Amino acid sequence: MIEFSGKELQQAVEELSGQKVFACYHCGKCTAGCPFASEMDLTPRQVLEYIMDGRAEVLDSQTIWLCAACFTCTVRCPNGIDIAKVMEALRQILLRRGSDKFDLSELSEQERGELPQIALVAGARKLIG
Amino acid sequence: MTKDGGPRIGVYICHCGTNIAGVVDVKAVAAFAQGLPGVALAKDMMYACSEATQREIINDIQQERLDRVVVAACSPKMHEPTFRAALERAGLNKYLFEMANIREQDSWVHKDGQKATEKAKDLVRMAVARARLLIPYKESELPVGERALIVGGGIAGIQAALDLADSGYKVFLVEKEPFIGGHMAQLDKTFPTLDCSTCILAPKMAEVGRHPNITLLTNSEVTEVSGFVGNFKVKVRQKARFVTPECTACGECVPVCPVAVPDEFNLGLGQRKAIYKSLPQAVPAEYAIDIENCLNKPNLLVCEKCLQACSPKAIDFEQPLEKELQLEVDTVIIAIGADPYDPGRSNDYGYGKYENVISTIDFERLISPTGPTLGKLLRPSDLTPPKRIAFIQCVGSRISNPELLGNPYCSGICCMVSIKQALLIKEKLPEAEITIYYIDIRAKGKGFEEMYRRARLAGIRFIKGLPGEVLENKDKSLTLFGENILLGELYEHRHDLVILSVGLEARKESEELQRLFGLARSSDGFFAEKHPKLEPVDTATTGIFLAGAAESPKDIRESSIQAKAAASRAARLMKEGKIRVEALSAEVHEDLCIGCGICESVCPFNAIHVDGTSHVTEAACQGCGVCAASCPVGAIEMHHFTDEQVLAQIEAALADHPEEKVIVFTCNWCSYAGADMAGTSRLEYDPRARLIRLMCSGRLNPVFVLRAFELGAAGVMITGCHPGECHYQSGNLRALSRYQLLKRLLSSLGIPEERLALEWVSAAEGEKFARVINDFVARLEKLRLRPGRVPEEELAKVA
Repeated sequence: MIEFSGKELQQAVEELSGQKVFACYHCGKCTAGCPFASEMDLTPRQVLEYIMDGRAEVLDSQTIWLCAACFTCTVRCPNGIDIAKVMEALRQILLRRGSDKFDLSELSEQERGELPQIALVAGARKLIG
Repeated sequence: MTKDGGPRIGVYICHCGTNIAGVVDVKAVAAFAQGLPGVALAKDMMYACSEATQREIINDIQQERLDRVVVAACSPKMHEPTFRAALERAGLNKYLFEMANIREQDSWVHKDGQKATEKAKDLVRMAVARARLLIPYKESELPVGERALIVGGGIAGIQAALDLADSGYKVFLVEKEPFIGGHMAQLDKTFPTLDCSTCILAPKMAEVGRHPNITLLTNSEVTEVSGFVGNFKVKVRQKARFVTPECTACGECVPVCPVAVPDEFNLGLGQRKAIYKSLPQAVPAEYAIDIENCLNKPNLLVCEKCLQACSPKAIDFEQPLEKELQLEVDTVIIAIGADPYDPGRSNDYGYGKYENVISTIDFERLISPTGPTLGKLLRPSDLTPPKRIAFIQCVGSRISNPELLGNPYCSGICCMVSIKQALLIKEKLPEAEITIYYIDIRAKGKGFEEMYRRARLAGIRFIKGLPGEVLENKDKSLTLFGENILLGELYEHRHDLVILSVGLEARKESEELQRLFGLARSSDGFFAEKHPKLEPVDTATTGIFLAGAAESPKDIRESSIQAKAAASRAARLMKEGKIRVEALSAEVHEDLCIGCGICESVCPFNAIHVDGTSHVTEAACQGCGVCAASCPVGAIEMHHFTDEQVLAQIEAALADHPEEKVIVFTCNWCSYAGADMAGTSRLEYDPRARLIRLMCSGRLNPVFVLRAFELGAAGVMITGCHPGECHYQSGNLRALSRYQLLKRLLSSLGIPEERLALEWVSAAEGEKFARVINDFVARLEKLRLRPGRVPEEELAKVA
């Protein structure tokens, strides 16, 4: 668990994502459109509220890893918050501290051969700092 | 007239598209009307209000020599003026028109077509019975001059005064404080533009001060009002200022004054001297002496410091303590504003107990450059800049539990006040952490939502969920406990300064002014407009208008809009130079009058005086009919609502199956409009109700009730405005006392008193109207009693 004071988390997210999370009105359209919301421990809206509330536990949430970066939330947000970028920022906070979720070298020869190239690139992009 | 001399009535039944015809068999109603006595012709039409239909009615009046017209359609509140105008175009007196409301009172509230059609027939029979007895009246004209009185020198009063004065009318502006400007003068910046309040207000105040058409009366209060539009006589009590217009506002007197008292303009957050000014740009520019705190008393000098310091010799302790002025004006604008809610009253969040809990009004003075800290935001306990600041919304607002001493309504301005103040703090203390605790953010208005968004982007934290409690810590900081509703979790947050966002409530003086001017107030205590949507600045009293927060909580822009509207409404009357008065006045038949004086004592408008016999001042009479209902010998005729006309309606309503009918008397302003509201809201109620409209429940002559029971009505219900909301001040209370007497009388006649009911229904309470009708019918059914009859001799006794 990474130690943050409430304001630092918010500043880190805003710096990495370039998004103003305080602009969120809690209309819920991000959650409503998210294809994985039913599987998430925190809904996308709750993730934003956690950041506003300075709650670093948001970094332990499975939500940020379940996010497929499909951008539905981003497209639908009436306040123009790029929520997918916020999710990415949260992942980056963790990844940049060396907690990669995925190691390409652990893949077998066969897996490397059979997995689609695009999946490998996407996995590396999302899960490696 | 027919050959036998009877009336010739034309009856028109409206389909209103399918609004009426979808439920009521209008052709059957027209055929029924054709057979009623006095009816010369009866027709059904698709839209009675259309221009083509009106031309047809006009044509019928001329070709068929009609002398009365009945239209069965919507509420008279909707189209009575339309049809009256058609009658006038045809050369017929407009008082010879009657409307049967078969839409709001019938097709919109009943689904059973057969019952609705039967009711429509009854309503038409009642209207025709009344129409047979209608009398033509000539409307009188009153002269209206060019003098206006404006009560209240806040932004609304100032705006209205300037518009009227610029249009050439003479304005008397009465302000109870020694300086004008009201609450706006206390504000630092205004939302959503953040322009400086004083900067935009001061030029307006200065204009008032020097305008040749404005007589500014500060330190003044209205004490007595009589008369009517075009002829109001108003007494004003003006307290002495003890400083004459020779004052050059040099301010030499202030430092020498030895008296320092808490400054009410700064809400006690700072101090002022006994000789003082509210702010540097104050109007009038002359200083004022607060004689209660000054060491001197009139003609008793113990301290001469200011006198010695004053080089223009403008201080005069020989002025009489107060003087009385008599004004004659033609129109009046009430612009007394509103009081901020006092958060100490509910004592929820420690206001008045914890030093660092302040209100949004206190904050305005704390951040104003003319305030006690000269614009530096410092928390009161130790005069240090606060780092963590909380706003709590809805303090004293949206509280329906009367035990909690709040107001049930939303003032609509406090959200923007807090957002504005939060942005102002951000300007002065960019590092401050600001949290706004809210239930809903209401940012409706030009540029408001944009400002709300700006506040969020500036990093202001909005937490949904009000604190339940505020506790003070040892270092005088405050801990707020509550639930973050969006997380469903509890919070416990520490803040250095807590600002309570308070709403507005009716001025304490409202009650007194209501009495003086004979106005109505709504249940929230604010002055009631004539119609909430279509006459939003008129009052029910002709010639008196409302401006600003006196009518409901408003921001500066809305106050200005209403003030300018009120000024133009007043100007419209004064420009015309005369006004036509509805002929709804009382007339005394002197041959019957015994000069007992009861009518004089019950008239709320001083419109009757007894001089051997009673005489009515027609111009002052408002037409409530309380006098006619009180006259022991039946000597007073209430124009357009005569005893004979009302009795004819009762008899027509009960002509067949009276045991299935419930007579409901309504007043014109509240309960009739409440029934209309039930109609427009499509709230079903029992179809046995037959409504009879009076101008005021105070018009209810007990004979009406006895006659209904004599004819076998199942029940009678009296309805009117809620106590305190009567458009004729107290007519409903007369109805209440008559109701209580009637109950006893009914018991003594062997009629179960439960068959008479009384209910207060406001114009907005459509739901209540439907409910009280249903409840009453249910009670009557439970009684399961055969209708009794009133013995003739008992009736005679009462009459």
